[in-house]
Amino acid sequence: MRRVVAVSERRVETPSTVTLRFPYDAPAEPGQFVMVWFPGDDEIPMSLSYTDGPSKGVTIKAMGSTSQRAQSAQVGDRVGVRGPYGNHFDLSPARILVVSGGSGAAVLAPAAERARARGSSVTVALGATRAPELLFRRRFESMGARVEVATDDGSEGRKGFVTLVAEQLLATERFDVVWTCGPEVMMRKVVAAASARTVPVFCSMERHMKCALGMCDACALGPYHVCIDGPVFPADRLTATSDFGAFHRDSSGRRVPF
Amino acid sequence: MAELTVDCAGVNLRNPFLLASGIWGESGESLAGAWNAGAGGVITKSIGSVPRPGYPNPTIETYERWGLLNAMGLPNPGIDEYPREIEVARRAGATVIGSIFGGSAKEFAALAERMAATGVVAIELNLSCPHAEGYGTEIGGTPEEVERVVRAVTEVVSTPVIAKITPNTRDPAALALAAERGGAAAVSAINTLRAIAIDVRLRRPVLAHGLGGLSGPAIKPVGLACVWQIFEKVSIPVVGVGGVATPEDALEYIMAGARAVEVGTQVTFDGIGVFGRLREGLSRLLDELGFARVEDAVGVAHPTTSRGLG
Repeated sequence: MRRVVAVSERRVETPSTVTLRFPYDAPAEPGQFVMVWFPGDDEIPMSLSYTDGPSKGVTIKAMGSTSQRAQSAQVGDRVGVRGPYGNHFDLSPARILVVSGGSGAAVLAPAAERARARGSSVTVALGATRAPELLFRRRFESMGARVEVATDDGSEGRKGFVTLVAEQLLATERFDVVWTCGPEVMMRKVVAAASARTVPVFCSMERHMKCALGMCDACALGPYHVCIDGPVFPADRLTATSDFGAFHRDSSGRRVPF
Repeated sequence: MAELTVDCAGVNLRNPFLLASGIWGESGESLAGAWNAGAGGVITKSIGSVPRPGYPNPTIETYERWGLLNAMGLPNPGIDEYPREIEVARRAGATVIGSIFGGSAKEFAALAERMAATGVVAIELNLSCPHAEGYGTEIGGTPEEVERVVRAVTEVVSTPVIAKITPNTRDPAALALAAERGGAAAVSAINTLRAIAIDVRLRRPVLAHGLGGLSGPAIKPVGLACVWQIFEKVSIPVVGVGGVATPEDALEYIMAGARAVEVGTQVTFDGIGVFGRLREGLSRLLDELGFARVEDAVGVAHPTTSRGLG
């Protein structure tokens, strides 16, 4: 079930993110993830940042030691890939607001791309710590999406969190749906702002993951398992749990606050 | 409609299908989910004295629908924090069996006291994990070790104790007999079979730990043989485990001598809805074959005089 493939392209996207492309011809939908094994190291879940065609891709942010080592993979290095797993975004709404925090753009960009190809209008609230960390800004622009930027340090766009941009857009324009991915506290704020205007929100969720098959319970989130019930959740399911934006589980299964 | 309730080790189960330890059992919400899906009872992940992250990935390899190889490495939140999870499951009405693992008889006993205090209906002793250094099979590999651990536990708790036996040994029935001597209320058999997978392109084992344990339909005939032999040796109830995917599989185990069965790998292949399907299917199958209740079918495949003389 695991296929060993060679990395075909490595691209530095921002100072903290790297995209790895590899041949993998299984059909995939935007929102789905794969398990990527770096032999001799770990196997980690990664949302597909490139879903179309025989060459797939993942965009890795330097977080822990595994993702830092994963970023250093070079063209020709062999990796094990299994999947794609999980559900995906519904691409049918006509007016879509995308709210991305940090590396959240990795999963949102391919979804926005497909939605644009179907004729939907896409507005992106794109947030990062500072200007060079704005992930996939040009990719969003070249697909014909409108991009509104926020940076924590004010080095570009609005100074402050991307939620401010999202709240303003929701207050002044009409959207049929919001897609969001980023830090969970950020997504909570997005959900609150959109729900107040009865706009449905879909969140791409992240949890510690081991089997990705709905067996091991590592990715338990309330009554759900992110690997088989997600990773894309309608916000009302998440807000009905006591975990959303509040608790996750570590690799031992301990329930710990964010 | 055939009667599906069974009495096993003094525990009344609403049906004979138990969620096997290691599946869905880290969180109370997941245990509750398995109960709500129709499981007759739910067994927790094996819980140890301290939080344990388990092995790095890859921790699993699957083989279509016939097998699953895993070396999770006994990840668990530890006994200090785990009562919260059991409480969540019990509030949902679940019949909860607590699984524990220790590195010595003393550690097992201390864990059993803590587990009993959570209100679980029974305690399953993991004497059979095939790939964790210092635990599992390394503690439960001989009759002497099994008897020592089970006795240490039954001396300190009144909660029924189920000893989970390894198949990775010459004589599993001897281990079951030892558990019975130690005071176990039941034995469950089998845990996974020690196994390995190699990636030929990378010239290395697939699992980070190398060795793991094989589960799923591939091991059903092995589990059946163990239950068959154990049933002929012991007088305490037997819980059958290993590759139960269909109602027929469950009835095979029951006719070999099991009063209940554990279901694990099939949750991976079919989703948690497997419990509802197994329950309905077994009821129909018993009706078709003329059994009024599950208990009427226990051990019927054995020659009538064989039990206790094996």
